[in-house]
Amino acid sequence: MGYNWDFATIFQNWPVFWVGLKGTLLMFGITVVLGMSGGLVVGVLRYLRSPFAAWPARAFVEVFRNTPVLVQIIWFYYAFPILTGIETSPFLAAMLGISLNTMAFSAEIYRAGIQSIEKGQWEAGKAIGMTFAQTMRRIILPVALKRVLPALTNRGIEVFKMSTLASVVAYVETLNQAKLIADLNYNPIESYTAVALIFFVVLYPVVQATYVIERKLSRSDQ
Amino acid sequence: MSELVRVDNLHKSFGELEVLKGIDLTVNAGETVVLLGSSGSGKSTLLRCINFMETPTSGRVHLNGESVGAEVNGTMRYKEADLCKLRARIGMVFQHFNLFPHMTVLQNVMEGQITVLGRGKEEAKDKSMAQLQRVGLADKASEFPARLSGGQKQRVAIARALAMDPEVMLFDEVTSALDPELVGEVLKTMRQLADEGMTMICVTHELGFAYHVANRVLFLNKGLIHEEGEPQKLLKNPKTQRMKEFLDGHALFKLPE
Repeated sequence: MGYNWDFATIFQNWPVFWVGLKGTLLMFGITVVLGMSGGLVVGVLRYLRSPFAAWPARAFVEVFRNTPVLVQIIWFYYAFPILTGIETSPFLAAMLGISLNTMAFSAEIYRAGIQSIEKGQWEAGKAIGMTFAQTMRRIILPVALKRVLPALTNRGIEVFKMSTLASVVAYVETLNQAKLIADLNYNPIESYTAVALIFFVVLYPVVQATYVIERKLSRSDQ
Repeated sequence: MSELVRVDNLHKSFGELEVLKGIDLTVNAGETVVLLGSSGSGKSTLLRCINFMETPTSGRVHLNGESVGAEVNGTMRYKEADLCKLRARIGMVFQHFNLFPHMTVLQNVMEGQITVLGRGKEEAKDKSMAQLQRVGLADKASEFPARLSGGQKQRVAIARALAMDPEVMLFDEVTSALDPELVGEVLKTMRQLADEGMTMICVTHELGFAYHVANRVLFLNKGLIHEEGEPQKLLKNPKTQRMKEFLDGHALFKLPE
């Protein structure tokens, strides 16, 4: 109870946090785009009837969904170079781990969305002469994507916070910088509290904005 | 009258269950044919085999003298592209409308013209408005389907099919999901189409429509055409016991005296 909170040191070290936040944003931006666009491809493949497409997609999803991201990042950093001879930087290892994990999770979200579309929509597209791909692109996906937007938002928030795991291979992001400051100033409590605050301040407005977007998109359903 | 649709010895099985057991049917240009039958008789399956929503197990379907598919080792193989082209020439309207919920009424009608026929936006829009006018819904062009009544949705679905300039229209129980008071507006639209010379094949339980509008009625039973003829004769004096029972089963059905 007698702890003396000292946030002055945190403010003095703001530039260090700022470098970290930029690293966090970069990691998030790349992994969320790669993960969610790649996940769309995997999700559609997963939906296809052809076993040549569906089976590898399923294997991919199961491997990356049932192993911890933290382990994947460590694995890409230490084991991947040994197996392939390709050196992985902390950035590359974390990016691969988080992107592939996001792909696996979002693929399942997309697949569920596609499967939720009524059979009649497929039939209507087919009946006017559309190919499978045209029906998927023009009729099924627009509605399916709208339906899974809340689930994708959730995953996006998760991906943003997952970027902190990159600190395990010393990628320069917010948590990594907090550790640095904590070690130098012996103030871990303030440093890690600052990390929590930074994440909250960045995420909260974004999440509010997605609510507005979801409401706007549901216009045609009323 | 020229032959527009010809079905030769059509069979369709779903696994062990043989739904169609050899159907021969010719529909001439401008004709309205109504398919009657109790549920499970195969009438919807027959309709859906004509535009290959279902792939026939054997037999051939000809549209304007052409047929798709090639026989390889005794089984018919179809190219997806050929089937798409064929379906684009055949309009189909469903029991549950199946309008695209994320598009306005106008976009629903334009979609196939742009994506499938490759028409320009302006042309597609003009054609769509003309078809919406035809079904009496031009003023709803910018609404989303969710804002329409069932009868209006079904008329939009009809306009969407018509906008593709189909050679024949297939109607699959299009009034069965509607409130009774909304059935009339859809039947009226269909009657108008028939009067304008559209070739139509309709699966329906509306015997009044069959009586007044159809040129020919086919009664399907257990996957075969059990009885067929002019509606005025067939509906009043069915020759077979089975069809008589079917007609008697439609308790609400009253023929004009």
